[in-house]
Amino acid sequence: MSLLTKAHESGSDAQARTGSTVLDMVLRFRALGLLLTLAAIVAVTAAVNPRFVNEQSIRDLLLAAAITLLLATGMTVVVLTRGIDLSVGSVLGLSAFCTASLLSENPGIPVPVAMLIGLGIGAVCGLFNGMIVHLGKVPPLVATLGTLYVFRGVVYFIAGGGRINASDMPGGFLDFGTARILGIPYLIVIAGVVLAVVAVFLSRYRAGRDMYALGSSPEAARLAGIPAGKRILTAYILCGALAGLGGVLYAARYGTVDASAGYGMELDVVAAVVVGGVAIFGGSGTVVGAALGAVLLTVISNALPVLSIDQFWQRAIVGALILGAIALDRLVGLRVKASLRKKDAHVG
Amino acid sequence: MSADTLTGRGAGRFRLQRFATWDVAIILATLAVIVIAAATVEHFGTSRNAGFLVLDLAPILLLALPMTLIIATGEIDLSVASIVGLTSSAMGVMWNNGVPLETIMPLCVLIGAILGAVNGLFVTALGLPSLAVTIGTLALYRGLAYVLLGDTAVADFPRQFTGWAIGNIGATSIPNVLIPMIVIAGLFAAVLHAMPVGRAIFATGSNPVAAAFAGIAVGPLKFWLFVVSGAVAGLVGVFWTLRYSSARADNATGLELTVVAAVLLGGVSIFGGTGTLPGVLAGVVLLTSLQNALRLASVSSEALTVVTGSLLIVSVLAPNVLVGVRTSMQRRRRRTRSPSPT
Repeated sequence: MSLLTKAHESGSDAQARTGSTVLDMVLRFRALGLLLTLAAIVAVTAAVNPRFVNEQSIRDLLLAAAITLLLATGMTVVVLTRGIDLSVGSVLGLSAFCTASLLSENPGIPVPVAMLIGLGIGAVCGLFNGMIVHLGKVPPLVATLGTLYVFRGVVYFIAGGGRINASDMPGGFLDFGTARILGIPYLIVIAGVVLAVVAVFLSRYRAGRDMYALGSSPEAARLAGIPAGKRILTAYILCGALAGLGGVLYAARYGTVDASAGYGMELDVVAAVVVGGVAIFGGSGTVVGAALGAVLLTVISNALPVLSIDQFWQRAIVGALILGAIALDRLVGLRVKASLRKKDAHVG
Repeated sequence: MSADTLTGRGAGRFRLQRFATWDVAIILATLAVIVIAAATVEHFGTSRNAGFLVLDLAPILLLALPMTLIIATGEIDLSVASIVGLTSSAMGVMWNNGVPLETIMPLCVLIGAILGAVNGLFVTALGLPSLAVTIGTLALYRGLAYVLLGDTAVADFPRQFTGWAIGNIGATSIPNVLIPMIVIAGLFAAVLHAMPVGRAIFATGSNPVAAAFAGIAVGPLKFWLFVVSGAVAGLVGVFWTLRYSSARADNATGLELTVVAAVLLGGVSIFGGTGTLPGVLAGVVLLTSLQNALRLASVSSEALTVVTGSLLIVSVLAPNVLVGVRTSMQRRRRRTRSPSPT
């Protein structure tokens, strides 16, 4: 606790001394920029078709965003530590298929238990990733590119070309995919709660701050006594577990699950995280930003048909957004650095 | 340690270690796979299958060549398969609009080079990590491929061209594409291992700052490597389209993973600075012949995915584990041999 207050003090100190306000501005500007973009797209689309903003379609939109948002939350933690997890789409597929087939065989399993099973499957996959990255010293990109293949292969192996239809799954589970509490679908509530918990974890808890430290400078973090291995394993397990949970929600929402569930989803998730202002080389960014990125991507793909733009543009737009976001970050970063240097020169 | 290097025994071990490198191991493994597959898998050893193997191998091999150079500088290009898809789509659209194939083919290579140049500009002019940039262009170029062709296919390419792509030289069973493949591979090998550019590539990969101080134009070097990578991907796009006589937006989807896996399997360090082209060639042959043999042995394509993924991880994991074991063994040996501090 004392550490936290101390950090706070030195933070305000730094604000007075150097140009930390500029950084703050940039970060706030990022969230603001995302919100403005969101508002602009929604406004234009609503002008074309007012039904785009009625209650039902907003609910559909958030439902569609919920799973990406969940995965983006986990991905943020991994990216903060200077890692990446490309296997999330495959983990989602594995968890979705396993829980769906388990439920079709044992209809009596209550929903929370199904969710725990999905979480567990994902956590094991995440642990596997984390061990290869930390103990095997394999670069995260390569390790998770490999497990992207391996986990997907395992799903195909289990599924063997089959699929599980909505009629095979217990009704209670499928109802859960659409049920609401106070008018808000459960899926959105779950995604929101996870987002809030991880946001608090990252900003208020020591282990969470360690993630940032590891990403800013792994060497300095290690010298400062941060248990790097433990934190990195935590990040990958968390990311895997959330992808596993996403798989359960996927099964509940879509009802039909085959071996290709979540195929290629890692791109959308990485895009959401990067567009949301999380630095791809770690150390900076928030889950709230990543969540905004996920919502923005979903809004864009939902707005395309309303604006009668070919659905085929969606992928290209995702790519362009990734490029735009990282280029913008770079340019802003350079400017901040330059202004910091100028301020430092004044002080000196 | 110093005593060891002074004695002849130490020197002997050193020489032995030089031969026990990763690329020699991988070449031996490749030979082993081919021999075992030929002996145990029916039809693997036939000249007909060898021809198919070469056709399967061609796109991966061609893409692996510039990928080796890029990874050796410490960068990566994940957009190559999407460039293949986009040039394939572009080829279909141009053919539909009555452009002759003789014009289309060089144009496709040019388009590939331009797409590569976009990657290169983002990486060098803006100083962005190539991993992030090429994940972005992976989505962007594939998306543009869909924008161009949608989910339709263009399949009415003239026989004369599609026949050449899958045909053999005269009456032999040597595929037409083998000769250009060998020439291009030789060219890349010469550049990497026998020319100053190759030394500059390795120097950049081991330490970009030191390389820049040594007078190497690191930025332009990387930029042109991305351009070459794009151009080769454009060429592969043409070959892929003609080979399957079908221009589709989803051509070669996911191929970048196989290419990266082959390159890393071939002993190129993902951190840059080391690697050899013979090793990479062996990696490509190992991966494709293993897939081919497993497919012939009617192992499901799902198992193939697991094999590719595992090989990718193992190819990086194994050297790390070996180094770890070796250092811990050396440490133990030193401790037992010299109880007094030196």
